[in-house]
Amino acid sequence: MNMSGWGKYPEIEAQVLTPSTEKALQNIIRTGSADGVTPRGLGRSYGDSSLGKLMVKTLRLNHMLSFEPQSGLLHCQSGVSLAEILEVFVPRGWFLPVTPGTKQVTVGGAIASDIHGKNHHIDGCFCDHVDFLDLLTGSGEILRCSPHEQAQLFHATCGGIGLTGIILSAAIRLKPIQSAYIDQVTSKSANLRESFELFEKQAEQPYSVAWIDCISSGDKLGRSLLMTGKHAEHGALAAHHNPGLSIPLDLPSFILNPYSIKAFNTLYYHKARQRETRATVHYDPFFYPLDGIGHWNRMYGKNGFTQYQFVIPKEAGLQAMDLILRTIVNSKKGSFLAVLKAFGKENRNLLSFPMEGYTLALDFKIEPDLFPLLDRLDAMVLDHGGRLYLTKDARMNAETFRKCYPKWEEFQSIRQQYGARHTFLSMQSQRLGLD
Amino acid sequence: MQNILIIGATSAIAEATAQQFAAKGHRFYLLARNEERLKTIASDLLVRGASAVETALFDANDTVNHRTVLEKAKATIGSFDIVLIAHGTLGNQKECETDPELALKELQTNALSTISLLTHTANIMEQQHHGTIAVISSVAGDRGRPSNYVYGTAKAAVTTFCEGLRARLHKSGVHVLTIKPGMVETPMTEGISAPDILLAKPEQIASDIVNAIEKKKDVLYTPWFWKYIMTAIIHIPNTIFKKSSL
Ligand SMILES: Cc1cc2nc3c(=O)[nH]c(=O)nc-3n(C[C@H](O)[C@H](O)[C@H](O)COP(=O)(O)OP(=O)(O)OC[C@H]3O[C@@H](n4cnc5c(N)ncnc54)[C@H](O)[C@@H]3O)c2cc1C
Ligand SMILES: NC(=O)c1ccc[n+]([C@@H]2O[C@H](COP(=O)([O-])OP(=O)(O)OC[C@H]3O[C@@H](n4cnc5c(N)ncnc54)[C@H](OP(=O)(O)O)[C@@H]3O)[C@@H](O)[C@H]2O)c1
Repeated sequence: MNMSGWGKYPEIEAQVLTPSTEKALQNIIRTGSADGVTPRGLGRSYGDSSLGKLMVKTLRLNHMLSFEPQSGLLHCQSGVSLAEILEVFVPRGWFLPVTPGTKQVTVGGAIASDIHGKNHHIDGCFCDHVDFLDLLTGSGEILRCSPHEQAQLFHATCGGIGLTGIILSAAIRLKPIQSAYIDQVTSKSANLRESFELFEKQAEQPYSVAWIDCISSGDKLGRSLLMTGKHAEHGALAAHHNPGLSIPLDLPSFILNPYSIKAFNTLYYHKARQRETRATVHYDPFFYPLDGIGHWNRMYGKNGFTQYQFVIPKEAGLQAMDLILRTIVNSKKGSFLAVLKAFGKENRNLLSFPMEGYTLALDFKIEPDLFPLLDRLDAMVLDHGGRLYLTKDARMNAETFRKCYPKWEEFQSIRQQYGARHTFLSMQSQRLGLD
Repeated sequence: MQNILIIGATSAIAEATAQQFAAKGHRFYLLARNEERLKTIASDLLVRGASAVETALFDANDTVNHRTVLEKAKATIGSFDIVLIAHGTLGNQKECETDPELALKELQTNALSTISLLTHTANIMEQQHHGTIAVISSVAGDRGRPSNYVYGTAKAAVTTFCEGLRARLHKSGVHVLTIKPGMVETPMTEGISAPDILLAKPEQIASDIVNAIEKKKDVLYTPWFWKYIMTAIIHIPNTIFKKSSL
């Protein structure tokens, strides 16, 4: 079967298995394959992290195993999606501790990428809310891993991009909410410096993210709309699929089409006299503006696209970001909008992406002279001590990877110790020298 | 709260349907032959909101025991508000062509066992004077096609049986729903290649089933467009149809 990630680049001819039970999955690993095995969730990673010649989909391991209503601890299998968790638990007053910009990812994928959300500066990554996980290792044995049990393997698996084994299930701490709605404040900034200042000023807000205009240059470089939010205290506990749901009309419509600079401009200038606008919106448009559009990834055509996401440490901050953004804007190759976020402290997971500083993400259509540009950006990111996000990547080279993730050797030795080398592989891992 | 009996509860379609019913707080009695999977499904339904879940092991082809199994289920949960019959096998058409024993076995699993289960269930529900029996048949029963006519024959039998049973039970207030899915991405169709738009997700089929049960529909084509595809296929004259390899 022809398979790809969310960016439709690259593609691979793969055998795809979807076992219904953990036992069946165990048998696949025991039988083995010379090409190795690649875990696959909902395929929302952009590049080749989830691609391999033999892909094992977790989508039928979609059972919730137990829930403790006192503590909010949910134990579920790795193929359960974040959307399902919201459907079941929002009506009962619980929310995801950390969520990415789409709810169509699996718990396994969320752990393997140690994903971050708009609250990273306060709440850290997804795996910081995982009490334990059960991992199927290369020998076919199942190990319970937590910060206290098999701790090394736990910290390698969280963010380990599927290369330590297959996560079968995990216990996640949900967080209590009073309402399914978010009190949102949208602020304008005229340039990159102001955008950074806004992040500093709003640092105590639970959720924050900025949409940066990637076309304007000169003194408008880095102008943005910063959105912050916190869970509202009032409003129904209605999950996203609820048909009676009303989405307030003053929802920034540009988000629904982040590739239309016109829509962004309209909003930016429309609110010219107001520096700040407030609204109460449902969590669905606040966190998942693109989910409503379905397969928006097809819009880039058959060659696909890649998302470039990097982080720059806080010390390098504004100056480094200015330099890189300038290069991107001048190249005229990126999407019209980019997402900017401030990260809090980094955690102990060996290949986790976030480090304290600023992260920027934007899409590039695959075209012949794109990769030399991205190579130049890589060099700038590395120069400033930053790194690239593995779950978005489709093209960085092994040397860049090693500089981004200096703990890669420790990661490899843990893979060696638990029989993961040559068993759990991906197109990406082979490119990065993680065989 | 409703009492729901699911026969063949480990089927991917049945599971997805149960998950949607669980969110409404219903109570379940699950029959299937894999104990480990039944256990996992039971915990899943409980977390998703089911008020209670009982399970029991059963093999559809063990027809002599059907009565005992169903009476035990009834005694445990009191009444059947909804019964979903979902077990089945796709079988290998090519092998059935050379081995009639195999063909008969397919008919046993997909038609005879279902007819036996339906007969017992109908008799129990006729006494209750209420409830819905939902049976998963298939679009494959609408016309005998060279690629799967053994399976199609079984499903045609189930469809016809349900049609008669519906009329019989109508007087006693019991409803019968015939479900005809098109191609669905489940273990049954693993390895069969089909264009993406023709391959539905079990969740999609499940919401159609829940909806059809609630609306007391007689026959459900799911996804909806199969009704039109099958109408077209049914109307192809045999002189032409026999030359096809559908
Ligand atoms: C619109 C959009 C917005 C996004 N926003 C964010 C964001 O804000 N923050 C963020 O951090 N990410 C974001 N992402 C990326 C996404 O959260 C990650 O790529 C996530 O890992 C995808 O999960 P998945 O289930 O689709 O996994 P896949 O894409 O199928 O796999 C991702 C990786 O996880 C591994 N994996 C999957 N399941 C398992 C398992 N059971 N055991 C072991 N390894 C496994 C795979 O091998 C692969 O390496 C976004 C993606 C999209 C499309
Ligand atoms: N998938 C499709 O495209 C499609 C299309 C039209 C109709 N259908 C029908 O939909 C129903 C559900 O199938 P599915 O797609 O959900 O596939 P599935 O997941 O493979 O389910 C089939 C189920 O039948 C069970 N089963 C088979 N023989 C049995 C027996 N002798 N005793 C007890 N249980 C038995 C299997 O149990 P084990 O797991 O123990 O083997 C399995 O749970 C079937 O009636 C099928 O014919 C499916």
